Amino acid sequence: MITIENLTKCYGAATVVDGVSMQIPRNSLTVIVGTSGSGKSTLLRMVNRLVEPTSGRVLLDGSDTRAQPPHLLRRRIGYAIQGHGLFPHRTVAENIATVPRLLGWDAARIAARVSELLEAFALEPAAFAGQFPHQLSGGQQQRVGVARALAAGPQLLLMDEPFGALDPIIRAKAQDDLLDIRRRFGTTIVLVTHDMDEAFRLGDHVAVMSGGRMLQYGPPAELLTRPADPLVSRMTGLADRAMRLLSLSTAGEAALPGTVDGPEVAASATLRDVLSELMWRGVDAARVTDANGTARGHLTVAAILARGRP
Amino acid sequence: MRVPGVAGVARAAAFVLLVAFLIWPQRFAPLFAPLTQYGAPPIYDQGNLLTLALAQLGTVCCAALASTVVAVGLGILVTRPSGAEFLPLSRTLVNIGQTFPPVAVLAVAVPLVGFGLKPTLIALFAYGLLPIFENTLVGLRTCPPAVLEAASGMGMSARQRLMSVELPLAMPLILEGIRVSLVISVGTATIGSTVAAKGLGEVIIAGLLSNNSAFILQGALVTGLMAVLLYGSLAGLERRFCRTVRTD
Repeated sequence: MITIENLTKCYGAATVVDGVSMQIPRNSLTVIVGTSGSGKSTLLRMVNRLVEPTSGRVLLDGSDTRAQPPHLLRRRIGYAIQGHGLFPHRTVAENIATVPRLLGWDAARIAARVSELLEAFALEPAAFAGQFPHQLSGGQQQRVGVARALAAGPQLLLMDEPFGALDPIIRAKAQDDLLDIRRRFGTTIVLVTHDMDEAFRLGDHVAVMSGGRMLQYGPPAELLTRPADPLVSRMTGLADRAMRLLSLSTAGEAALPGTVDGPEVAASATLRDVLSELMWRGVDAARVTDANGTARGHLTVAAILARGRP
Repeated sequence: MRVPGVAGVARAAAFVLLVAFLIWPQRFAPLFAPLTQYGAPPIYDQGNLLTLALAQLGTVCCAALASTVVAVGLGILVTRPSGAEFLPLSRTLVNIGQTFPPVAVLAVAVPLVGFGLKPTLIALFAYGLLPIFENTLVGLRTCPPAVLEAASGMGMSARQRLMSVELPLAMPLILEGIRVSLVISVGTATIGSTVAAKGLGEVIIAGLLSNNSAFILQGALVTGLMAVLLYGSLAGLERRFCRTVRTD
């Protein structure tokens, strides 16, 4: 759990981050979203002390981050950035081994961990371990960047616009992968982005920043239904807020008991996708089934529409 | 290993030629004889050419080593946050070293340290600083910011970041600086003979004094071949580094 207390950063007369306090629960995926210059990256970088706060403090599981030298602190915290920042003169395996080496792991343990991570990121170890970063595609480089950040099994992973340099299709895949990784390793993730769609897609908590202040911090649905500031609703988008709300629940969560005649939809599909499917087929209702094909109930257009209201 | 290209073959041929000439100079006498007058010796006979060439090479390498240590050290110092204020001063010093003619350095140094090797080393050292310093500076400053950020973010200390990321990335440029510096020094070192340092300058000066063009030509040719070969072999070394470092 991360506790951020009244964190402020000033450069000269300019206050970049202004008295931000927040609690980030363990195992959550928190997205900090804001326009450029909102202070979101600075806030993130104060967590691992790449930027030293002017005032305020950060607690990791109750202990102050200033209790140890910054480079030792950072070895416990994963860090992945836009454009991945892979070391061009080192192979994929050496890149991933960076933090374990700094921590002094023995060679066998490092090799085992590198293979494990390469497999977890769908990069065949035999083919990729010896490659250099410039031999990889953008999506592969990004995955290696995240694998490197996770190499020493950190409890906390900080990501600064990690998908910013990827094209839309690869980005969607990378976002899915991140959700997978999170389930698999149980890492607490704090991710910074300027992309509200990404924030809603990934975050179970979203923090909206503007001008160095935190406007609102809460579950994504709350940002839509109870915006704390007009700027929050402007940023989340007034025109399609109903659709956004629908995209936050799955068919499984919203399913009504009983069954109907109609097309089959997956329990994991979002209500937005189900509605779109029903409109396309011109029918009123669908059966909800889970991955094993077990019936989970049904959904009607009226029930979905009701979910799109605050 | 790659198959050597035309340049590789030419370099190998030049090397064989140089070695052969230094070991059996008299065999080449007929080639130089037309350049002599009044039965003067066509091949330098007041000293062993091989010894002189090796002495010159040794002088150049010592001076280049010192230049490298100082220039790279300064380059590292002024690119650290704590040393940034020394940048203008370092630049000035290194530029003076380059603009002050080596002959003038010799003239100043001889009264201080005497004749022989020492003043030559000082002149070559000062003259060789600039290319290495400037290239070190460029190399360290052009490391991609995302890579440096990642290195710090991973938990490398400033020293670890320098040794395992910044210097390896800057290495091709630093090596190029050393190469340029060395090549300039090989040629410049011949003036050391005016203050009694051992070297091929001795051959050239003897040729000038006795009006023997053959001496002048062989001193210059050996010096030139050494410079060319040194340049080529160092370029090969650089390519080995560049192969893994070059990216986008």
